[in-house]
Amino acid sequence: MTTTTENSTAPAIVAKQPARINWVKAAPWLFTLGLFLFWELLVRGLGTPVTILPAPSRIFQAVVQYWSPLLKNSAQTLFTTTLGFGLAVVGGLAIGLFIGWSKTIYAGLYPIMIGFNAIPKVAVVPILVIWFGIGTIPAVITAFLISFFPIVVNVATGLATIEPETEDVLRALGAKKLDIMLKVGIPRSMPYFFGSLKIAITLAFVGSVLSETVASNYGLGNMMASAQSQFNVPLVFAGLLALAVEGIAMYSLMAWIERRMTGWAHRSTMAN
Amino acid sequence: MAHLVSIDDVDMRYGGAEGTLAVSGLTMRVDKGDFAAVVGPSGCGKSTLMKLVTGLHIPQVGTVIVAGQHVTQPVSIVGMAFQNPTMLPWRTTLENILLPLEIVEKHRHRLRANRREYIEKAEHLLELVGLKGFGEKFPWQLSGGMQQRANLCRALIHEPELLMLDEPFGALDAFTREELWCVIRDLHAAQGVTIVLVTHDLREAAFLADKIFVMSARPGRILKEHRVPFERPRDLEIMYETRFNDLVHQLHGEIAQARAVA
Repeated sequence: MTTTTENSTAPAIVAKQPARINWVKAAPWLFTLGLFLFWELLVRGLGTPVTILPAPSRIFQAVVQYWSPLLKNSAQTLFTTTLGFGLAVVGGLAIGLFIGWSKTIYAGLYPIMIGFNAIPKVAVVPILVIWFGIGTIPAVITAFLISFFPIVVNVATGLATIEPETEDVLRALGAKKLDIMLKVGIPRSMPYFFGSLKIAITLAFVGSVLSETVASNYGLGNMMASAQSQFNVPLVFAGLLALAVEGIAMYSLMAWIERRMTGWAHRSTMAN
Repeated sequence: MAHLVSIDDVDMRYGGAEGTLAVSGLTMRVDKGDFAAVVGPSGCGKSTLMKLVTGLHIPQVGTVIVAGQHVTQPVSIVGMAFQNPTMLPWRTTLENILLPLEIVEKHRHRLRANRREYIEKAEHLLELVGLKGFGEKFPWQLSGGMQQRANLCRALIHEPELLMLDEPFGALDAFTREELWCVIRDLHAAQGVTIVLVTHDLREAAFLADKIFVMSARPGRILKEHRVPFERPRDLEIMYETRFNDLVHQLHGEIAQARAVA
């Protein structure tokens, strides 16, 4: 009895499957489209003036109209963000390994790090301007400062949570601290590290745009600030749109790298 | 030199002068080639015993001598296996088993040049524990019992003279456990390795060991030493004989008493 029912339902499931997968794949696009449609209808329905909330159609019009400055400033922002993020990856990995190395260093540096992270970065930008002038450098540094903390915390956590039994097994064999770090600690903290990159990259955008808005002549932050002072609200929104696109692109790149590098940590999907 | 492990009048206290005394006046000897089991009420310092013998802890009072050497630092002639198999998930089972060779001084410089020889050895061990052909699988693709078998291979790969097992079968179901008892029994017979098994399971101790040490409640010391009279090789059927049950019953009584005293 059981086998016959299984046999009869199996083909039906197979036939349905492609359609369902398509829905999941199409969902991000459909939802985005839906959001823009809703927005468009809302603006038209309420008759909101363009200086308050421009309709998506008006924003896309601005994108076409100002494509050259948009592209240039997007490239600048992407450059400062990526550079700051790159520094954060190197610095965060190094400091994370350093902190995770010993309990004393961990205890000593952790409160300082938290205090540092709690400082609003917008308050740091003027200091950076005094030191380095306005432009690219403060933007890179702000992106770095804001995005390296999650990397440090995650790497240090990965190192600090090595199972004591594993450590015992290796130490009993005569392993030095360096051996344990290289063989267990660092590979073990890699999923945490790659996971933190997704958080760090979005924060890096926050940092660079913030600095560009306050102290730069280039970049999307600066472009939006000057567009705003000219009441060119569609261009402000076009800038936001560009940022969103860049953010999504970089995030998916990080997610892809994470999957490629630490597939073993997503074991349930691999086992199937 | 007759004893591979001799522990004399050892006190071990954790956390400074006011800390808990884990073992006190601990004295025990294990001969070369012996299979010793340590049983006792929970919290009696069995894990401390493991760490003392392997040199992970150095006692405040008394001496620990392993293979004629006074233990003052980790001794690399020991292999260890715990209840938690602690296989590294980013390495294949074979690479996990080879891990000790990357650490132990004697082997780490030879590993690269003689990798083929070591892989053959690891595969031989895998075959011994019934995991032939599973070396390329990742540990998380194996069942709990299979991981524990691989764990035994890892503990044995550097040909330790002494194998320390801390409740290695505790988390397994009854049938798998019995299978692994036979695996460890055969390993002991084939490799001539000295084994110290720390366990809660009295039947396990009685089935596997030549000598059973009964520990007191904390602070732990040896209350009694039994020599297990059953001839080898032993079959699982022995567990249904009266003399086996009598021994288990006696052990049970002693531990119950040790608990009551505490």
